[in-house]
Amino acid sequence: MSCLETIQAYAFRSLGYGERLLPRGEYTLCEQFTLIGSGMIWNAYFGIFALISGFVLAVALAVGKASPNRWLRKPAEWFIFIFRGSPLFIQFFFGYFLFLSLKGVSSFFDPFTSAWLGALVVLFCNTAAYSGEIFYGALLSIPKGDIEAADAYGMTGWTRFKRVTFPTMMRLAWPAYTNEGIFLFHATTLVFFSGFPAKRQQGDALYYANYFADKTFNPFVPYPILAMYFILLTLMIIFVFGLFNKRLNRHLPQAARPKLKFRLNLIR
Amino acid sequence: MFSYCTDPSTLEGLTWLSCYLTTGKHFSMYFSVIVVLVLLAITAPTALLFGFSAATAARSRILPLRWFAWGYTNIVRGVPDIAFFLFFVIALDQGFEWLRHKVKCPDWTEPVRNGVEFVVCDVAKLPLSSAPQWVHETYGFFLAVLTFAIVFGAFAANVLFGAMRAVPRGQMETAEAYGMTRRQAFWRILVPQMWVYALPGLSNLWMVLIKSTPLLFLLGVEDIVYWARDLGGTKSARFTDYPHGDWRMWYFLALLVFYLALTKISEITLDRLMKRLTKGQATAGGEAQRKAAT
Repeated sequence: MSCLETIQAYAFRSLGYGERLLPRGEYTLCEQFTLIGSGMIWNAYFGIFALISGFVLAVALAVGKASPNRWLRKPAEWFIFIFRGSPLFIQFFFGYFLFLSLKGVSSFFDPFTSAWLGALVVLFCNTAAYSGEIFYGALLSIPKGDIEAADAYGMTGWTRFKRVTFPTMMRLAWPAYTNEGIFLFHATTLVFFSGFPAKRQQGDALYYANYFADKTFNPFVPYPILAMYFILLTLMIIFVFGLFNKRLNRHLPQAARPKLKFRLNLIR
Repeated sequence: MFSYCTDPSTLEGLTWLSCYLTTGKHFSMYFSVIVVLVLLAITAPTALLFGFSAATAARSRILPLRWFAWGYTNIVRGVPDIAFFLFFVIALDQGFEWLRHKVKCPDWTEPVRNGVEFVVCDVAKLPLSSAPQWVHETYGFFLAVLTFAIVFGAFAANVLFGAMRAVPRGQMETAEAYGMTRRQAFWRILVPQMWVYALPGLSNLWMVLIKSTPLLFLLGVEDIVYWARDLGGTKSARFTDYPHGDWRMWYFLALLVFYLALTKISEITLDRLMKRLTKGQATAGGEAQRKAAT
């Protein structure tokens, strides 16, 4: 099979299109590149949707945690503690088996036992908790003067939140949130190694990299390919988040704008 | 375990549970909790050692050493960690076997990596195929510890490197003024003072290390995740005295609580340690303590 044919056969293998059987026998570089790249679709899918949906809950959690009302504060604190204090790996397992037992109760939970929805829910809660903590920190470090200025203009409640609190909070939290976004994409590799089954061998990038490493007993080819894909993905994330960062800080003088610092030093 | 456990089918409620939770297999699970704690206890200092060496190398005056330290910390940090765990376990295993192969069978002519196979001579196998089961398990555990230490060493190196740079420049200048050599200033002034700057980063790392221990499961060690899956699965009355449905959810809930407790305890302990370390230091924290005391 030529490389072009391989790409045609396996480019969308992770979604179930193209060749049914995975390559076997001799494993060419082309096959490994194509299949692992095909798996990246899943990583991108989980990352993007969890990040967007998690963002909304994260803002709510941050506001809740900073609220003086204990009925709002305590649940937010507990949610953040539970999802930040336990390993994501265990959360995936627990989520999967929880959905599995709920499936017996009602058929509504059927789709939750497959990775595309169930793992997304877990990732959504997880990233909401981590980003919620970041936003909470930013909320507390909003300059006092900004709020006072808003008060002086007679802004209260929702208007003040929309025009002053929220934009400033985003601006302050953005560098840390960028790192959180990168970690989230890295964390998506765990999905198919926890309980969630990869149906008909439709897995993510690490699933295929692991497949090749197992079959060839040679970890020195598939894992560097995976690493290359992830470094590319990371650079793309930094670029996109950088655009947002620019917009959030457009009112500041050039020199005072915070630079995004590429800093990766966490696992969950 | 208890005397009343001889016929479990007659038991009910809490007595049944007390018997159920003390079966031999459950003790294997409790033992694997100890394995996790031992792993933490061994890995933390080893990773710190790796990190300290890399951070020192990154400050070295020898250029290749600096490059090596830079490459080590940045490559490990840029890629999903789980990929590294999966990679290092095979890579280290093959690396050791290859080294032994070179030493023990110098007149072996066939290539080691032959197509999709990795072949070394029999005496170079690690552990030897004739070795008892516990040697295999210990070797697996050793590989896991080494992998954890390599990955977390890179993170620790980053933290320690930052901490070394955070020590006020004046301290080093004073050391130089007293005529200390570079080495003396490093060991007598820099190293004792850097810990207070490193502690926030290191405690963060400790939390992360705790949370990454379930990945042992992926490295082929029979850890708590393995036992939770095994014990929680549906058991029919044919094979066990304690039949039950699919309880895996509850087992993983227990693991979740276990990890939350571990996190909470570490949080409290590290807070106390930080308070002790900041005492008398020329930092904002130390200043606040001094003010509170007067």
